[in-house]
Amino acid sequence: MINLFEVNETNKMITQENLDVRTITLGISLLDCITDDLEQINENIYRKITTVASRLVETGEEIEKEYGIPIVNKRISVTPIALVGGSACRSSEDFVTIARTLDRAAQEVGVNFLGGYSALVSKGMTKADEYLIRSIPEALAQTERVCSSVNVGSTKCGIDMDAVRLLGEVIRKTAELTKEKDSLGCAKLVVFCNAPDDNPFMAGAFHGVTEADAVINVGVSGPGVVKHALTEVRGADFETLCETIKKTAFKVTRVGQLVAQEASARLGIPFGIIDLSLAPTPAIGDSVADILCEIGLEHAGAPGTTAALALLNDQVKKGGVMASSYVGGLSGAFIPVSEDQGMIDAVRAGALSLEKLEAMTCVCSVGLDMIAIPGDTKASTISGIIADEMAIGMVNQKTTAVRVIPVIGKGVGETVEFGGLLGYAPIMPVNSFSCDAFVGRRGRIPAPIHSFRN
Amino acid sequence: MKKTIITVVGKDTVGIIAKVCTYLAENNVNILDISQTIVQGFFNMMMVADATQSPKSGDQIAEELAAVGQEIGVVIRCQHEDIFNMMHRI
Repeated sequence: MINLFEVNETNKMITQENLDVRTITLGISLLDCITDDLEQINENIYRKITTVASRLVETGEEIEKEYGIPIVNKRISVTPIALVGGSACRSSEDFVTIARTLDRAAQEVGVNFLGGYSALVSKGMTKADEYLIRSIPEALAQTERVCSSVNVGSTKCGIDMDAVRLLGEVIRKTAELTKEKDSLGCAKLVVFCNAPDDNPFMAGAFHGVTEADAVINVGVSGPGVVKHALTEVRGADFETLCETIKKTAFKVTRVGQLVAQEASARLGIPFGIIDLSLAPTPAIGDSVADILCEIGLEHAGAPGTTAALALLNDQVKKGGVMASSYVGGLSGAFIPVSEDQGMIDAVRAGALSLEKLEAMTCVCSVGLDMIAIPGDTKASTISGIIADEMAIGMVNQKTTAVRVIPVIGKGVGETVEFGGLLGYAPIMPVNSFSCDAFVGRRGRIPAPIHSFRN
Repeated sequence: MKKTIITVVGKDTVGIIAKVCTYLAENNVNILDISQTIVQGFFNMMMVADATQSPKSGDQIAEELAAVGQEIGVVIRCQHEDIFNMMHRI
């Protein structure tokens, strides 16, 4: 029988250390909505989402109350729209109508974000892919809840540099069109290498074509819990440090597994995966950077940061894997800047640079995330940053991503406020030497030699 | 049978258990076990209960108990036992 000590431990994690289930994300396939009629496809999409997800929010809230565990977000991911809208959309404007439909559907079912305004172009772009990518700035400016992502590379296919070049321009244009809101549109756009099909976390979530008709994916969190557990073993050796992270990750992930199973049973939708990530929020004590400090760094970014993060990421996975029947998504430690108070402090203190963040992305779960850069950063420079990050993912056979926000009208040292879970960020300097001639080349970077495993 | 775990934490005062038990009796929730300690003047109680015969749903009981707690100045949480089983038992 459960004892008072165990009950108190769990409840302390929830009430004092920010333990929560970060998101229940319902993946919905829109492949059966495809027609070549624009009006019809919009109607099909609206109907499918509002039918399948009608009870998502309500069910999430029921589980939340019954088990006493906060479930912060209920969200939806859909099939990449470039595939769904390919035959109905004959221009970028046509794609924007679908973005508006997705926004309406998201509002109707009460989710705060819907991901999947996406294209998968790791080897090349179809006409539809290109229309969709070019429509992203308008789509993100005209909608509130729609999130967009583009997969431009993979270990198997290499990197589509034409798409990388185009996205530099798209990110700039998105920033311009949403400049009234500090270029917020860019916070809803992720560029990926090796994007997983089952990621529940926004803004990069989409429902891959390898997935079933509908599926429940759950993202857990709990940097505060790990940090607190580590304060108890301050100064101990690496074995103790690693064991503590592992055990804590196990406990955190078990809660996610429970919520996923319950949500799946109550909604009658199969359980997909648990994404066992340490996802920070701007709340004090909910920070991945604080864990790095607890491991022994003055600030995230100090020498030793990459090693500490590698250790943390690995132990989180080792502890979490046994706690869940299926693990997937991005799984690991997230290092967004604006969403993590400890990271913000590190940037302010001058401890953390874009280059160090890039090194950290080699060993963490994703990539350059929620980084505000000066508004006058050139499109080709953004493409260069993307290309670097994609290369790290391609060669290391891991997911990497770029979500940078060129804040129009602001420069280094100024602060930008995105609000809510997206937080706020000091604008970081970018290396201003040119990469125009490199980015200007046509075609793609071939897949690395170790992709030929057949 | 799925059990419910009720925890009460707060400043010790007269009648905390009485209040909680009255609510549970009125709503046909059977108490299976109670353990209680006072740590530095703080009241700390855990109850294991069976709410399967109650006309109310788990989330409704949790909400109403939280309100009872507010009335008497303690924090009452009512949770399905599985959240603890999952975390602490393999």
